[in-house]
This record gives sequence, structure tokens and C-alpha cells, in this order.
Amino acid sequence: MRIAFQKTLQRALGANSEIMLLTGDLGYSVFEPIRDEFPDQYVNCGVAEQGMMSIAAGLALSGKTVFAYSIVPFASMRAFEQVRDDIAYQNLSVKVVGVGQGFSYGHMGVTHYALEDVAIMRALPNLTVVCPADPLETEAVMDFAVQYSGPMYIRLGKAGEKNVFAAKPDFIPGRFAILEEGQDVAIFAAGPIAAHALAAGTILRAEGISCRIIAASSVKPVDKETIARAAADCRLLISVEEHSVIGGLGSALAEVLAEDVSAAPLVRLGVPDEFPKTIGSQDYLRDHYGLTPSKIAESVRHYLRKRSPRK
Amino acid sequence: MTEKSSELSIQKAAAIREKILLASHRAKTPHIGSCLSLVDMLAVLYFGVLRRPAVDSPDFARRDRLVLSKGHGGLALYATLVERGLLPAEYLENYAKDDTIFPAHPVRCVEFGIEATAGSLGHGFPMAVGMALSAQRAKQTQRVFAVISDGECDEGSTWEAVLAAAQWRLDNLVVLVDYNKIQSFGRVSEVMELEPFASKWESFRWAVKEVNGHDHAALADALSQVPFRAGQPSVLIAHTVKGKGVSFMENTVDWHYKNLTDELLAEALREIRTA
Repeated sequence: MRIAFQKTLQRALGANSEIMLLTGDLGYSVFEPIRDEFPDQYVNCGVAEQGMMSIAAGLALSGKTVFAYSIVPFASMRAFEQVRDDIAYQNLSVKVVGVGQGFSYGHMGVTHYALEDVAIMRALPNLTVVCPADPLETEAVMDFAVQYSGPMYIRLGKAGEKNVFAAKPDFIPGRFAILEEGQDVAIFAAGPIAAHALAAGTILRAEGISCRIIAASSVKPVDKETIARAAADCRLLISVEEHSVIGGLGSALAEVLAEDVSAAPLVRLGVPDEFPKTIGSQDYLRDHYGLTPSKIAESVRHYLRKRSPRK
Repeated sequence: MTEKSSELSIQKAAAIREKILLASHRAKTPHIGSCLSLVDMLAVLYFGVLRRPAVDSPDFARRDRLVLSKGHGGLALYATLVERGLLPAEYLENYAKDDTIFPAHPVRCVEFGIEATAGSLGHGFPMAVGMALSAQRAKQTQRVFAVISDGECDEGSTWEAVLAAAQWRLDNLVVLVDYNKIQSFGRVSEVMELEPFASKWESFRWAVKEVNGHDHAALADALSQVPFRAGQPSVLIAHTVKGKGVSFMENTVDWHYKNLTDELLAEALREIRTA
């Protein structure tokens, strides 16, 4: 996937001189061709990921589209506040690229694992979070990213990921891809673990269990329609991700299902997925977001009316 | 800068101080001391240094950038932009009121002169590095100025930016340090000593000048000489007094936090107006 990323990025750099690659001193045996062919569009920021994300924001404020690359924990967790304030809040054309999704750096140890990144990145307004399933989809995500003006988090594997798509798919945020049709169980997979979901489907199919396999690469925004259809068609929904069960794809699905008020009793009240557009006192903001006693009661009445009457 | 234009920035600085006192008194927001130490720098920058073509001019993209990295000085920036005619006065009149857009820490609004969002320390300076890098690679002539605080020099990301700017020889970048010697919860010398400060920057391959941050002629003279050395980023260490201009605020930790009573406001305004 790294190579698919590098090759598509290299083409994009050639086509558009406003695109830049920043790296946190990583890319040995991957980025040399970019460094040598496009020195004006390439910057090694050193082992300094926080600075790199702010510098990326500064470049984007000057009209550049910036890909900022490091290993997942350093790109997402160490520099999280820079991604939040400088990139997501200012809604800039910076694509944060984390390499080594999930257990890709297995032998390197837990410091290099990527298990909480989707959870934290998914919480940021304005940010599109994508876990491509394979090298072909990585190319499709890059085709989208180079022409998209907003911020993204792109979570890559490393090397040797198998293609689950037969050909380069279209990538559209908020759209999942159905890899196999099925009616008993729907398996949603984020990232290259989709290959294992497909393989599990093959095993189950042999046992007479029909599985719908879904590449849920657009973890934010999710594909609510495909989730709802699966919830209606299938007896069981499964999420599979190389990430903590807290905050990743599984949580994203749970949120969608729990908020289907025709079926589920959970309603979440709080600050919606946005940066407040106005400021003011705590009381003002609580009122604005429906968190006063009367507005909470109003919400309860509203959703209660949608539930069927008690028998 | 001529003596006459120094006169202008001195007069503007008094007007900016007055606006800060009035707005912070009304809105009950803190950081008055941090704003007052910064005023003379901002006045000299906005009334003599920064090149800013009109927003609708084709040269607008080539304007000099000022990034207020010490975001807690936001009110000083708003007041300066109003005084300079870039920010409509009603934004300051409504500062920090309910249902408005500008909080104590500035939010990016390029048309009004706010180039980057700030609030968390150690962000604006590296963003300014990115802007300067962009200009350098495009062979454009605009300069990028970043104003940082002394407390902000505790942040690791500040030193990441120091290293990067020197590595890339960003001589279109100028950092001004508002060195008022007091950080959030104590004196810099007691919390996290920065001395020997100038030689730290020198050893990181920056060209350094030191100045009295309240001496308009000296500030203007120093800023007229950027870059201080070709091929290196410039840092102007401005020795300032926290709370400058209001005697009971000067050189205290308290006025990082306190709000003005009606009586103290009157006293402070008297001092500003008779200075």
C-alpha cells in the first residue's frame, strides 16, 4: 500500500506543482524517487511530527495541498492537537497519512501499533477518515485526495497487502463497497483486514451461511444507507477492524444503529459534530446545544413519541 | 522609520491600550498584562512595517503575514486591527459576547487580518514556518512575522520550528519574542529559565537582535533591518514589561488573570491618557 501511495502521489506531484509531500524523516526505499524528481515539492521535517503538522497547515494556508506522512502513532497521536487546531479546525487541505495500520509493525512493538488512531481522528469535525482496503483502493483514495480541498486522515498498511478489489474502485466518502452479496450475516471490514473478512465469508458459505462482505473504508463519514440495509436484511452484523473496539468502525456502526430510533432506544444528546460557529457564556452554549433542563426534557418527549406505546 | 512615523505608532499604541482596557473590563476576560506587553510591537508592525495590499487587490496574496502565536494576546490583536481599520469596530464592541465569533484567542479571518487560529501555544510559530517555506519555494517576496511569548518557549514544538526554519534558511521569517519575563504561573526565571536566551537562538543558527520592546524607534529600526543576516531566519528578542502602561499591573503575575473593577479601570485609563 505504501508503494501504491507513493506511485499515485508521484504522478499527482508531476501534474500539480501546488501539491507537496512532508515526511517525518520516514520513507527509506519508498520516497527517494519523489525526493529526487520533485525537490521543490518535498520536505523532510525531521523527527518532529508536531512541527510537521503545523508547518503543513502553514503551507496549506498559502494555497498548497499537503500530504504529511509518518507512522500512525506519531502522525495521529503525538501530533493530535496540531491536527485538531491547525488542520481540522481551520479546515485546510492537509492529508495526514499514517503508515502501518493496525499490527503492520508487529515486530516493532506496541509503540508502533495503530489501535486507537481511528477513534481519536474520527472525533474531529471536518476530517474525512479513510482506511483503504488494498493497494487498488489506495490509488482510488489518492485520486480523490489530490483534488479534495478539505482535511483527511488516510490510514495505510505497509507492504504486501492483497488486493480485495478486482480493479481500481471508485472512492466516494460516505460510500461503502459490497465485496460479496449475502443475506444471513453482514461483515463490515475497515482496512486490509477486509481480505480476512472475505476469506471468513468463504468458509461460512461452505457451511451454508450466506455472508455479505462490505469494505467499510470510509469510516468517517460512514455509509448509513448500506448499514441500514444490512440491518434490515441480515440477522447479524459484524464489524472487523485492526483497531480497538472502542471508537473505530464498530463504534461507528453502533452509533448509526443505536440512533435508528424506529428500532433502537438510544439517543445521544451533546455537542454535535461541528466546531461551534459562535462563542458565548457557558449557559448560552448549553442552551444553544440543547443541554438545558427544558431542552433535554423536550428531546425526551420528542423521541418518546416515536416509540410505540407501552402495552 | 522617521521620528514622525514613530510618533504615529506611539499615539496608536495608546489608543490600542485604551481599547484593550475597555473591552477586557466589559467582557471580564483575562490576559490584560500579556496584551499590554505586546502593544508597542503590534503598533510598530501595523503602522510602518507590514506591507498589506487591499483585500481585493491582485497583490493581496503577496501580503506580509503576521501570526500571533501567543494567542492569549488576542485582544491586543483585535484592538490593533480595529485601530488599523482592518477589523470593523463592532467586533471589538461585541468582543466575547454571546453569539459572536471572536473569542479571547483569535480565530482565523484573513479578510480582517487574522492569518491563523491560535490559542494553544507552540502552534502559530511552526505555521508561520510553513507560510515562509511556501513563499521561499515560490520565490515570492512577502515576509512572515510570528509573535511568540516567553512561556511559549517551554513548548517542544517551538524548538521544532526553530530547528526547521534554520535548516531551510528561511530569511523571510521574523520571530518576535514578547519577553516580559512572566509566564502563566510565575516568573520565567523560576518556572523554566530561558537564559542564556539570545545565545540559544544563535546556536540554533538564527540571526538575533535584542531591543527594548516598548521603544518604538528602536523596534522600527530593528524591523527595518530584516533579515538580520542573509540566509538565516531572524529573531527579535523584545524585552518587555508585562502590564506595560498601567503601573499597578506592571510586572505582576496577577494581571495574567484579574479583571478590572470600575475604579481600577478609571485609574488605568487615566494613566494611559496622561502618559
